[in-house]
Amino acid sequence: MAKIKIDGIELDVAPESTLLQACEMAGAEVPRFCFHERLSIAGNCRMCLVEVKGGPPKPQASCAMAVRDLRPGPNGEAPEVFTKTPMVKKAREGVMEFLLINHPLDCPICDQGGECDLQDQAMAYGVDTSRYAENKRAVEDKYIGPLVKTSMNRCIQCTRCVRFTNEVAGVGDLGLISRGEDVEITTYLETAMRSELQGNVVDLCPVGALTSRPYEFTARPWELTKTESVDVMDALGSNIRVDSRGREVLRILPRLNEAVNEEWISDKTRHVVDGLRTQRLDRPYLRGADGRLKPVSWAEAFGAIAAKVKATAPNRMAAIAGDLASVEELYALKTLATALGIASIDGRPALSGLDPKFGRGSYLFNATIEGVEAADAVLIVGADLRKDAPILNARIRKRWRQGGFKAAVIGTPVDLTYDHVHLGVGPDTLEALARGELAFAEVLKAAKRPLILVGQGAVARADGLAVLSAAARLARDVGAVSDEWNGFSVLHNGASAVGALDIGFVPGEGGLGTAGIVAAAGRGDLDVVVLLGADEIDTAALGSAFVVYLGTHGDAGAHRADVILPGAAYTEKSGTFVNTEGRVQLANRAAFPPGEAREDWAILRALSAVLGKTLPFDSLAGLRAKLYAAYPHLARIDTIAPTSAGDVIALADVGGAMDRAGFVGPIQDFYLTNPIARASAVMAECSALARARTTAAAAAE
Amino acid sequence: MLQDKDRIFTNIYGLQDKSLKGAMSRGLWDGTKAILDMGRDWIIDQMKASGLRGRGGAGFPTGLKWSFMPKKSDGRPHYLVVNADESEPGTCKDREILRNDPHHLVEGCLIASFAMGANAAYIYVRGEFIREREALQRAIDEAYEARLIGKDNIHGYPFDLYVHHGAGAYICGEETALLESLEGKKGQPRLKPPFPANVGLYGCPTTVNNVESIAVAPTILRRGGAWFAALGKPNNTGTKLFCVSGHVNKPATFEEEMGVSFREMIDKHCGGIRGGWDNLLAVIPGGSSVPLVPAAQIADASMDFDTLRGLGSGLGTAAVIVMDKSTDIVRAIARLSYFYKHESCGQCTPCREGTGWMWRVMERMVHGDATKKEIDTLFQVTKQIEGHTICALGDAAAWPIQGLIRHFRHEIEARIDARHGARPLVAAE
Repeated sequence: MAKIKIDGIELDVAPESTLLQACEMAGAEVPRFCFHERLSIAGNCRMCLVEVKGGPPKPQASCAMAVRDLRPGPNGEAPEVFTKTPMVKKAREGVMEFLLINHPLDCPICDQGGECDLQDQAMAYGVDTSRYAENKRAVEDKYIGPLVKTSMNRCIQCTRCVRFTNEVAGVGDLGLISRGEDVEITTYLETAMRSELQGNVVDLCPVGALTSRPYEFTARPWELTKTESVDVMDALGSNIRVDSRGREVLRILPRLNEAVNEEWISDKTRHVVDGLRTQRLDRPYLRGADGRLKPVSWAEAFGAIAAKVKATAPNRMAAIAGDLASVEELYALKTLATALGIASIDGRPALSGLDPKFGRGSYLFNATIEGVEAADAVLIVGADLRKDAPILNARIRKRWRQGGFKAAVIGTPVDLTYDHVHLGVGPDTLEALARGELAFAEVLKAAKRPLILVGQGAVARADGLAVLSAAARLARDVGAVSDEWNGFSVLHNGASAVGALDIGFVPGEGGLGTAGIVAAAGRGDLDVVVLLGADEIDTAALGSAFVVYLGTHGDAGAHRADVILPGAAYTEKSGTFVNTEGRVQLANRAAFPPGEAREDWAILRALSAVLGKTLPFDSLAGLRAKLYAAYPHLARIDTIAPTSAGDVIALADVGGAMDRAGFVGPIQDFYLTNPIARASAVMAECSALARARTTAAAAAE
Repeated sequence: MLQDKDRIFTNIYGLQDKSLKGAMSRGLWDGTKAILDMGRDWIIDQMKASGLRGRGGAGFPTGLKWSFMPKKSDGRPHYLVVNADESEPGTCKDREILRNDPHHLVEGCLIASFAMGANAAYIYVRGEFIREREALQRAIDEAYEARLIGKDNIHGYPFDLYVHHGAGAYICGEETALLESLEGKKGQPRLKPPFPANVGLYGCPTTVNNVESIAVAPTILRRGGAWFAALGKPNNTGTKLFCVSGHVNKPATFEEEMGVSFREMIDKHCGGIRGGWDNLLAVIPGGSSVPLVPAAQIADASMDFDTLRGLGSGLGTAAVIVMDKSTDIVRAIARLSYFYKHESCGQCTPCREGTGWMWRVMERMVHGDATKKEIDTLFQVTKQIEGHTICALGDAAAWPIQGLIRHFRHEIEARIDARHGARPLVAAE
């Protein structure tokens, strides 16, 4: 620790911390534009200048100078820094004036208004009039993609966006061209950025140069109701803030959580908003004798279901849950199914090799997302991380940038934005690696904390359990599983996946799994199939079964359904989601479901009464009391219940024969993975752009 | 007055044989091995004793700079980088060395690299210097041929010398921007600390020196630091290449003792001021980035770092720009403002925004199209830039204007009055 005096206050700080950090610790506010905790230091805005005693007679950029760079006084006194002297005040006013001379006075029509760093700091550190009598600079606006709108006159060249795309996103899409007052931020050829994280540059931009295009001219920040929630677009459970006005969700922003998403979110998380408004199921429907869906009352819909269910034997009924279901509704549906004697329930993707009977450690991302930064080698099996979990991929890239880190992939070759070895495509490679035939085996063995990342491409297949077991065996053999480090990590794709496994939303004795249910229904062996937001299955293959669809959007499931029960989307209900590392998180209600739609657990509760199997709760609190009693770890919000390394060791011994086919990730189109995203025009545009890029690349070859 | 026997650059005009053979006949590469055999510490001590101050403009003691390099390598290689990106308006000394006397530099690179434990040196040549680069490359090739340098050379110290050709940006003459450019990146200055002596080229300890500083080193070491220190004035020792341009009868680049008086220098080497000494208006004594000095103050001043600093200017690169009374002094400085506006890298705010502002105001002042209040505003703007930027380009852009306002405020005011027909200013507004 080093001693330093800030404005007369002496304190101990880490010698490598910057003066800016030290000033903040001392409670002195230091304005800044270019500095950002998660990006490299540029030191170019010059707003954070402070006075350093004993240094050169000019102000120093506090973001760029470390405490250890300061020399103590002649008698060993702690170096002194001042943030409130006339020199500092003058320096800040000067820099602010320079920033403003070419900044347009268009705050009233700027989307950043009200949450603009420049606006705020001009109020705090600027002067009231301008001495600049010349014409302001004009800069052409650039096209950099459908998500980010540019207004380059406003740019103050802090280069946060450039550093973000280069460092965090790992694509060199943005750059600063030209020099002097002609410098411009651009993608040069004015093509769209290629990152799944590009929306974050909007948050980073301290002025209104980069704003959200889908959100343009929509609302002012002070009109919005802010609700803290979690995301369901992937299984990471990124922390988000949902901004709504009245009944409408207007935008989604990231919320800081160092353990999960830091302060980034993917473009799908951020821009899926318009999908919450379109294609919504806002009243119950019943398929009539003419084969057409007709709007009906809740009572009629329930009546039709009850008539069918009462006439059907439990072994000819089944239920499948989709990716977006919260634990509450899964629990309600499971309880109802148990009461009805239905064994064929499943909340996993088709053919999943994951099974709660092997213990929680067998299906969690045991290393934890934050733990990735402690790993020193990673083997990615059957996952395309940029599509499956872009935030996790950014975290691995962050680790890779720190050096001393090796990565390898088994599966479809992909561009991960960091150096990695592509070992092969399928189980053969995994076996060869286990036998030590590949050089990367030595890397894993030598690593102190190797990470074996198993994606759904490896386990959601007929031999999924065998692959999972082989991966666990490899993890055990390379020393990835010990008491202090568990590197065996399963990456899920659905937000509901871990919750479903946690509460055992899997086939009971003699029951069928997801693939089995679909096949059996197709053969005519099942008469009633309940889909709880399950749209990713082959709904056309359900044969002549009576399909009850409980969900939010007019998507694949609703098209096939005989009865549609309109539910609430993730922004419209309070629900528990367990992320891929087993972290229990709460999503909160930011708006109400449209029309007659209701929260899913309440629909199931009402249905149960009609079916004569009334569920033992009549409020969300009551449901949760039962849920927490049965699964105590779900009550501990924001924590991960510890798992046992023994689960992985036991899993390793399961064995089984593996198919020869290569691992193929389940996500073909990152932007269209769920009904909400498929209803979003913004996501459709992004998807079309990404597709055009792939086609163009293929044509060029 | 410098005597011929103390001259370091004996072929600065290229009148004699420029090849290695010619250079050796003038005493270069003589006893280089003996110098290296004296060891690193001896070389650095001699350089310190010589009192040589860096010839790139800032005047930082060269020996001291060399001593900042780590004594032992921590596994990283050391580098010497020679700054031959001579772009300061008015300066034309390094190009003469490169063109006509390049072996001084090549030998200097070997010795300096040895003194700093570097086995490779890079010479970053200004983009516009095509012939100069060719001449330098020829000299290096000759030295390789004669095994004076190279992996296996007769001096027994493996050493490689590379020439890198810049792309013609003034900012790449700033040492850290030069390193960025050398690494293949955009030429923008780095934040200091860390200084290049610790984290420089490719993250390794690096010293960046001016061409002249390196080129004089072999002669200093051959003749001894004391010889060099005996020339010139205390703290401003030795000889220096001066480049006099502008309104003198014979503009020239020549080697002269530090501390020579301005009058003597102009009369002896440049044939006097055009139109006589009474016609002298002002002098920019150290390249475009130092403030000008009016005639009365400069005429008998001694040309050295400390004296000129005392006059509110600086010796800089000793690029003396002489302006007689036919000069439109406001327009001259406005042109310099345009240069700095054009060459600002655009990285940090005060320089990026301020250079354009200053230039625009200066352009108006050339025609008197301004108010007198704006002169103070302009002065404040220069103060807002000076000392607030990452590199010294901001200072360099601010100083000429400060010099102008300090010494020629009456000229600017006269133009404003003339423009407004000497009407009271209030009425004009």
